[in-house]
Amino acid sequence: MSLIRVSAIILRQFFLLRKNITRICNIFLWITLDVILWGFTTRYLNSVGQATFDFVPVLLGAVILWSFLIRVQQGVILAFFEDMWSRNFLNLFASPLKVNEYILGLIVASITTSSAGFAVMTLIGSFAFGFNILSLGLPLFLFLLVIFLFGLALGIVTTAFVFRFGPAAEWLAWLVPFMLGPFAGVFYPIAALPSSLQPIAKAIPPSYVFEGLRSLVIHGTFSPEKLILGAVLAAAYLVLAYFVFIQMFKIVLKKGLLTRFTSET
Amino acid sequence: MQNPVLTVKNLSKAYKDIEAVRDVSFSVAAGEVVGLLGPNGAGKTTTISMLMGVLEPTSGSIEILGKPLRGNRSEVMAKTNFSAVYAQLPGNLTVWQNLYIFCLLYEVPAAKKRANEMLTAFELTEFRNTKCGLLSSGENTRVMLAKAMVNSPALLFLDEPTASLDPLNAHLIREKIHYYAAEAKAGILWTSHNMHEVEAVCDRVLFLSHGKILLAGDPKLLPQEHGKKDLEELFITVAREPLSLEL
Repeated sequence: MSLIRVSAIILRQFFLLRKNITRICNIFLWITLDVILWGFTTRYLNSVGQATFDFVPVLLGAVILWSFLIRVQQGVILAFFEDMWSRNFLNLFASPLKVNEYILGLIVASITTSSAGFAVMTLIGSFAFGFNILSLGLPLFLFLLVIFLFGLALGIVTTAFVFRFGPAAEWLAWLVPFMLGPFAGVFYPIAALPSSLQPIAKAIPPSYVFEGLRSLVIHGTFSPEKLILGAVLAAAYLVLAYFVFIQMFKIVLKKGLLTRFTSET
Repeated sequence: MQNPVLTVKNLSKAYKDIEAVRDVSFSVAAGEVVGLLGPNGAGKTTTISMLMGVLEPTSGSIEILGKPLRGNRSEVMAKTNFSAVYAQLPGNLTVWQNLYIFCLLYEVPAAKKRANEMLTAFELTEFRNTKCGLLSSGENTRVMLAKAMVNSPALLFLDEPTASLDPLNAHLIREKIHYYAAEAKAGILWTSHNMHEVEAVCDRVLFLSHGKILLAGDPKLLPQEHGKKDLEELFITVAREPLSLEL
């Protein structure tokens, strides 16, 4: 693996972002609106019905983590889409660039944008709604790690499918996190799902993170077992996503689909 | 042939029922400019795509500088480069940014210096900070050629490199590429529909039709050998009646 070639992929994203206010807005605007919307919603929920339960850390914390997951996934796919939209795949893959170097470049690009997004969400949560998510301490960073690994896996696997099925499948990349939303237990416990749907929830790492977060915030208890299970699942999905991408790349080479990205829009 | 930079043996590509390239064999020597000619759909781009490692052949072998492409893609691709009308550089990056990124991708030493050298060599200095998407098609062609030369490739694939250039610029680019092939002892595989250009630049031509090489030889002698006035007339015959020339 050549780190110089990886740096070329990262640098391309940096050049695109630098001095480009529209692209920078895209990183921050959605998450800012999400946090503000849910911040006010939780404030309202706290004020009605003489609530004895503080919704802010539970719901706002969940929103921040869920938005982080989407940002990580979209960090990967947006970096990939930049190459798709500018019809650059032929230039890239007729060069010495290896697939693993390309994927690592996408991952680092995603780390940069998603970390910046998380920082902004933390600041808004803290200053506008008095909820400092960092006060959750070490468990938060472990939750974030699980979410991050799974977000990368989602990003890589969705790009793999767009790579295989072409630009017309772009919508898939935006849909995937929302398909998982109902099963992730972001706003409600997994037990609230019908028993037939609970196995789906148990098969995806975010459900363990959000169950763990609720347990930590409401009861003050941290469950390492759930976190480990979520982390193992997330790592497994990441490895699986990498192999899916490799397989899709092989199909792309076999069917000559790279040239499709130079003609199809 | 001495010092072949490219050796292709029995190369074929089939898609379900269509045989796009059929049992093609040829080589390109160091310093040689070989024209790959043929009508639209003859299999030129399919052949070049396989040579560039972006399309997997159904059968056959490709060796670049004595190394099989299969299993050594990254190492082999570092010694090649290409320019094609259908593979423009990202329009949302400046000329210099694109050249610098491709210098890094090809691991060219002193990448920034090399990117600057290419700006000068292809008279692109005034467009250094211009986004490629804002350039004319002729200027973009020069940027793509500059990108194709960043790593001083031993083997260069040029798919209609002068298609969008005016006659003067096309002439200058042809001279530049010809000079580069001779100076760097680089092999060049060149596709073009401009037969005068092919005659002027290529040392040898390969005529493809229906995925097969029908004719090969010196572009200055081939027309006479087949009773044709010039290369263009020979091209038209190959395109219309390939069977009349099939060997």
